[in-house]
Amino acid sequence: MGTERHIRVLLAKIGLDGHDVGAKVLVHWLRDQGMEVIYTGLRQTVDMVVEAALQEDVQVIGVSVLSGSHMEIAKRLLKRIKEKGVEDILVLFGGMIPREDVSALKALGIDGVFPPHSDLKEISDFIKQEIKAEDPSSPAK
Amino acid sequence: MSKKKEGLEIRPVASSLGTPVKVFYGPEDMKETDYNRDLSDPGEYPFTRAIYPTMYRSSYWTMRQYSGQATSEITNERFKFLLKNGQTGLSLAFDLPTQIGLDSDDPFAEDDVGRLGVAVDTLEDFERIFEGIPLDQVSTSFTINATAPVILAMYILVAEKQGIGRKNLRGTIQNDILKEYIARGTWIFPPQPSVKLVGDCVAFCIREVPRFNAISVSGTHIREYGANAIQSVALPISIAQVYIDELLKRGLAIDEIAPLLSFHIPVGCRDFHFFEDIAKLRAGRRFWARLLKEKYRAQDPRSLQFRFSTGGMGGGLTAAQPLNNITRSTVYALAAILAGTRSMNLACFDEVYALPSDLAIRTTLRTQQILAYEMGVADVVDPLGGSYYIESLTNEMEAKIKEILDGLEKRGGIVEQIENGQIQRELAYQNYLMQKKVDSGEKVLVGVNRFRVEEEERDLEIYKMDPEVRDRQIAGLRKIKKSRDSGRVVKELEKLKRAAGGNENIIPYLFEPLQAQATLGEIVSTLKEIYGEYKEPRTV
Repeated sequence: MGTERHIRVLLAKIGLDGHDVGAKVLVHWLRDQGMEVIYTGLRQTVDMVVEAALQEDVQVIGVSVLSGSHMEIAKRLLKRIKEKGVEDILVLFGGMIPREDVSALKALGIDGVFPPHSDLKEISDFIKQEIKAEDPSSPAK
Repeated sequence: MSKKKEGLEIRPVASSLGTPVKVFYGPEDMKETDYNRDLSDPGEYPFTRAIYPTMYRSSYWTMRQYSGQATSEITNERFKFLLKNGQTGLSLAFDLPTQIGLDSDDPFAEDDVGRLGVAVDTLEDFERIFEGIPLDQVSTSFTINATAPVILAMYILVAEKQGIGRKNLRGTIQNDILKEYIARGTWIFPPQPSVKLVGDCVAFCIREVPRFNAISVSGTHIREYGANAIQSVALPISIAQVYIDELLKRGLAIDEIAPLLSFHIPVGCRDFHFFEDIAKLRAGRRFWARLLKEKYRAQDPRSLQFRFSTGGMGGGLTAAQPLNNITRSTVYALAAILAGTRSMNLACFDEVYALPSDLAIRTTLRTQQILAYEMGVADVVDPLGGSYYIESLTNEMEAKIKEILDGLEKRGGIVEQIENGQIQRELAYQNYLMQKKVDSGEKVLVGVNRFRVEEEERDLEIYKMDPEVRDRQIAGLRKIKKSRDSGRVVKELEKLKRAAGGNENIIPYLFEPLQAQATLGEIVSTLKEIYGEYKEPRTV
C-alpha cells in the first residue's frame, strides 16, 4: 500500500460548452481521494486533450459534456486515442447524458459513463477498481 | 428563547449563513427595524417591500419561458406558439457558437450548431426568427453576453425593417460579461475590453433605445457554480458597480445609468431555502436603494429601485423522479412572487436532460398562471412584510451583502478577483462542499438521497436535435457569402476595426457590416484583432 503511486487523472472540457461546475467538483473529490488531477479548463479540442494526457502521463481521461454533443466528442476522442496508440488509458464521460446514450457511449468504447446525480464515490471507486484490474501488480503502472 | 416544553426534542437548524435558527420569532427580533427608515410602504424608499406601490394589483409579473431552438424557422414557430398560449414576453436562447462569436461553418463549432438554442450567423437568420411578430408589441429577452453588441444591432435593424423605430423597442439583453468568467464560460475577450463593450451597449441604449434594458446582471449562473443565496445577490451588485463606474467614466450621470440596470436573481437551487430567498430579495432592494442614494448620490427614484427578474433554477431540479420538479418549481415561483418579482422564467421539469419539451414548457407556464389567477397569492403587496422572522432575516441578509462587498473591495475589487481566478476557485470549493453534503445525505434531496424509488425512474421526453440542422445552416451561410458584395463587407469591417482601435463606441459601426451581410464570426474576429482573447486562469 505504501509504495502505491498516485493515480493520475486528466479532466477535460472539449468544445464550446462552458459548464464546468461538475468537472470542478470532481477535481476536488478525486484529489481528496489521493489522486493527482489536472483540469484542462474550457474549450479544448480532442487533439489538445490527448496531447495533454500523454504529456502528463495520466491513466484516466474524464470528459465532462453538458451541451449534448457527447456522442460526437466520444467518437473523435476514441479515434485520436487509437491513433496515438494509448488505448490503455481509461476514458470516462460525465454530464447531461440521457440514459439511452449511456449504453451507446459504452458501446463505442467509453469505459465509464456517469449521468447527472451520479455519486462522487461511485466515480472514484470505478477509477480505483479499473486501474487495479488493469495491472494488479502495480496499480499505477 | 425559553424552553417551552420539557422533554421535547428540537431539531437544530442553521441558516445558510451559519447562524442558528430559532423555533419562533417575536417582537425582540424586530426591535431594530424602524418602519419608515427600513421598510416604508411599497414603492417608497428604501423599497424594501416593493419597488412599485401597487405591484400585481396593477399588473402581474411577466411570464417568460426560455426558448430558442435550432434554426430561426423553428424558433419563429415556437414564439408564435407561446404568444398564442398567453405568454407575454419572449425569451431567446442562442447556440454556443453564436454566444462566443463563431460562425456555423467554423470547424470548432461543429458539435454545437443549433444545439442549445438558435444559430445566428447573419442578419437574415435574425429576420427569420421574428418574422410576423410585431416587435413593438412584445418584449424580448436575449440570453447573450460576449456578442451582445451584435445581437442588439441586429434586433434594431430587424425592427426598423418592420417599420418600428428603435425608441419603441422593449426587451432585455443579458450583456453581463463579468459573470461569464465566473460561471457559464461564454467569454471571448479579456475582462477589461469586455467591460468596455458592456458600456458601449448601455451607453448606446441610453441615447437610442431608451425602453430597452441594456443589461441584466445575473446571479443565476453564479448560484449554480456554488454561490450561496446571499452571494447570488451580493456578487451581481458588485459586478453592477463595475459597469456603473465604466459608464460614469464616460461622463454619463448616475440617473441616466441606473434606471437602465436590471438584475436576474435566482430563486431556488439545491440549497434553496424558501424564507431566505424571499429575505435576500427584500434585502437586495433595500441595500441597492441605500447604495445608490448614499454612494452614488442618485436622485431619480428609478435609480434606487432594484429591478429584478427571477429565474427558478434548473440546478435545484433532479433527474430522479422528474415530476417532483413541478412541485419544486411551484415553490420557487411562490417565493419569487412573495418577494415581488417583476418577471419570471421557471425551469421545466425535464430540463435536467435537455431543452424542454412542449408539455414541460406549458406545464411550467401553467404553474405561474395557477399561482397568479387561482389562489390569491398576488393580491397583496409584500404579504410577508412585518413578519418577525422575515424582517429579522432581511436585516441579517442586508448586513451580509455589505460584508461581502467590503471584502471584495479590500481584495482589489471583483475584476481583479476574477482575473486571478480567486472567485472561481472559492465558488468551486463551496460547490464541492455542498455536493459532499448531498452525497452524505446531510443535505436532503427528495428522490435523490431520501425516498428513492428505483422503479419510478423513467426516461424523459427530451427535445432531439435534427442532425441536418447544421448542414442547412451552413448551406444558408454559404449562399449568403457567395451572393453578398464582399468588397463592401471588407470595407465595413475595416471601419469597425478603426472605431474599436480608436476606443469609440462600436455599436453605430455594427449596422453597416450587418447590412452588408457580414457574419457574426467575421465581426468578432475583427474585434479580436483589437481586444485580444481571454486566457483562463487556474480555476480549481
